[in-house]
Amino acid sequence: MSVTREDVLHVARLARLRLTEAETEQLAGDMNQILGYMELLNQVDTDGVEPLEHVIDHEPGLRADVALPPLPHEEALKNAPDADADHFRVPRVIE
Amino acid sequence: MTATLTQDTVFETVIGLEVHAQLLTESKAFAPVKAGFGSAPNTNITPLCLGHPGTLPVLNENLVRFIVKMGLATNCTIAPKSIFARKNYFYPDLPKGYQISQYENPICQNGWIEIEDEAGNTRKIGITRIHMEEDAGKSIHDQDPHNTLVDLNRAGTPLMEIVSEPELRSPAEAWAYLTQIRQIVRYLGICDGNMEEGSLRCDANVSIRPKGQQAFGTRTEIKNLNSFRNVERAIAYEVERQKQLLLSGGEVVQQTLLWDPNRMETRQLRSKEEAHDYRYFPDPDLPPVVVTDAMREEIRAELPELPRQRSQRFTEQLGLPAYDARLLTEEREFADFFEALCDAGANPKLSANLMLSEVKRVLNEQNLSITAFPADAAKLAGLIQLRSDNKISSSAMQTIFNEMLKGDEDAEAIAKNLNLIQVSDSSFLEPVVDEVISSHPEEAERFRAGNKKLMGFFVGAVMKQTKGKANPQLVTQMVKEKLEG
Repeated sequence: MSVTREDVLHVARLARLRLTEAETEQLAGDMNQILGYMELLNQVDTDGVEPLEHVIDHEPGLRADVALPPLPHEEALKNAPDADADHFRVPRVIE
Repeated sequence: MTATLTQDTVFETVIGLEVHAQLLTESKAFAPVKAGFGSAPNTNITPLCLGHPGTLPVLNENLVRFIVKMGLATNCTIAPKSIFARKNYFYPDLPKGYQISQYENPICQNGWIEIEDEAGNTRKIGITRIHMEEDAGKSIHDQDPHNTLVDLNRAGTPLMEIVSEPELRSPAEAWAYLTQIRQIVRYLGICDGNMEEGSLRCDANVSIRPKGQQAFGTRTEIKNLNSFRNVERAIAYEVERQKQLLLSGGEVVQQTLLWDPNRMETRQLRSKEEAHDYRYFPDPDLPPVVVTDAMREEIRAELPELPRQRSQRFTEQLGLPAYDARLLTEEREFADFFEALCDAGANPKLSANLMLSEVKRVLNEQNLSITAFPADAAKLAGLIQLRSDNKISSSAMQTIFNEMLKGDEDAEAIAKNLNLIQVSDSSFLEPVVDEVISSHPEEAERFRAGNKKLMGFFVGAVMKQTKGKANPQLVTQMVKEKLEG
């Protein structure tokens, strides 16, 4: 299995990244190296080993269902590139 | 396969539903801030809801408890350990760039519920999975001609997604399934079930196949089914569209369709080439969700009697017709009120009649919920008791019922004030009956000669003399004895 230039461009599109030709080439190489290392790991016999989803195996830490004061409205909108008095404002996205 | 299709081909419809229910928690799924409708835009938010760097989600325990409750109520296996996954996509109302959801190994799996098919038979419908996720914010496209406005109050509101097996076979069955799901979530008190407001949403996967064929046909997914009527209509429309397509030699294309309730048709939402690639992976910010045996059993003990069980009990224990029992148990509080009447000693059948006619009428007219009904169960039970003791007529019952809603007086007091207590005392009625008969000798003669229709005349005359207070059954019996005996 090897990562093609098209694979890199597909993933870049999904991540909303615009890559130069040189970056595309370099990333394809990097990804292939990473996958090569994964293939090396694949040689380890993992029969009967539970998949590890999280590195730290600690208690779930559930939170009581309580509502605390929210972020003040002005604070919430403060860092937005664009907003009206109530809403975040973004370029029109409807098709 | 399509080569052999003709106008006579009988098709079978295959439907699976994905239902999203917004959960009635106090706070959001992963942030300690108010969840739910009705606040000014962008006021119920925290840095986490905005996707700010450095924020971390902490799971709301009620999200877990509510989902497990639903899982147990629908006969699911509860996973002792399940994990959250990130579903990645870009949209302005999703600040983090991913939705926290569950993908592999969801918290509830392999359940079922029972519905009634069109013939009235009970059918088991499989539930593939129920999982936890968070809602996105709201994009507003119609307030500003050049921009989209974003309200993030809803971002992070807890959702439960219930996925059925493709075992529903008609639009009516889809309706019955959805109705049952809605009743269950409302009985459990975990979702208000309001489709118009979006707290219950439904997507349908629809395909057809020639009857007898094992393999499924290609399916389409219909979104935006925001009412029960639209669910039925949209599926019926889509089934017909697929049928015509196949019969004319075409093929169904797997795609997402949007139901347009104004034009009453489905139309394409996303084409296949834009199909989403969500790149699910385990969310490293959230530890696995552990449901211990003790926690599961504790939640099981909290389960109320569910609508179908309750309806069955009403028919078996109280002898009610299945139809009445089903109507009485649609809403938990309504059924509670009915049971309170029975507990207060009222006759179950009369109580059911009153609940389903007069009480329902008042609730509809005044747009009230049963918990706000102006008369309590004890007072209504008193009214029903008067009727079953035959102390009032059925029309007097209605008059007293209406009076009772206006004030605090009980049924007996109103009946006395309005002089509506039926006279069931034969020693009082006897002279009246005698007088009516003796003053109408001609009619009495014709009755004796066999004209039994004149009974109404005699009873009517007695009722008139007593100003409607005589018990008509008793009068009938007395006239009969006097003229025939």
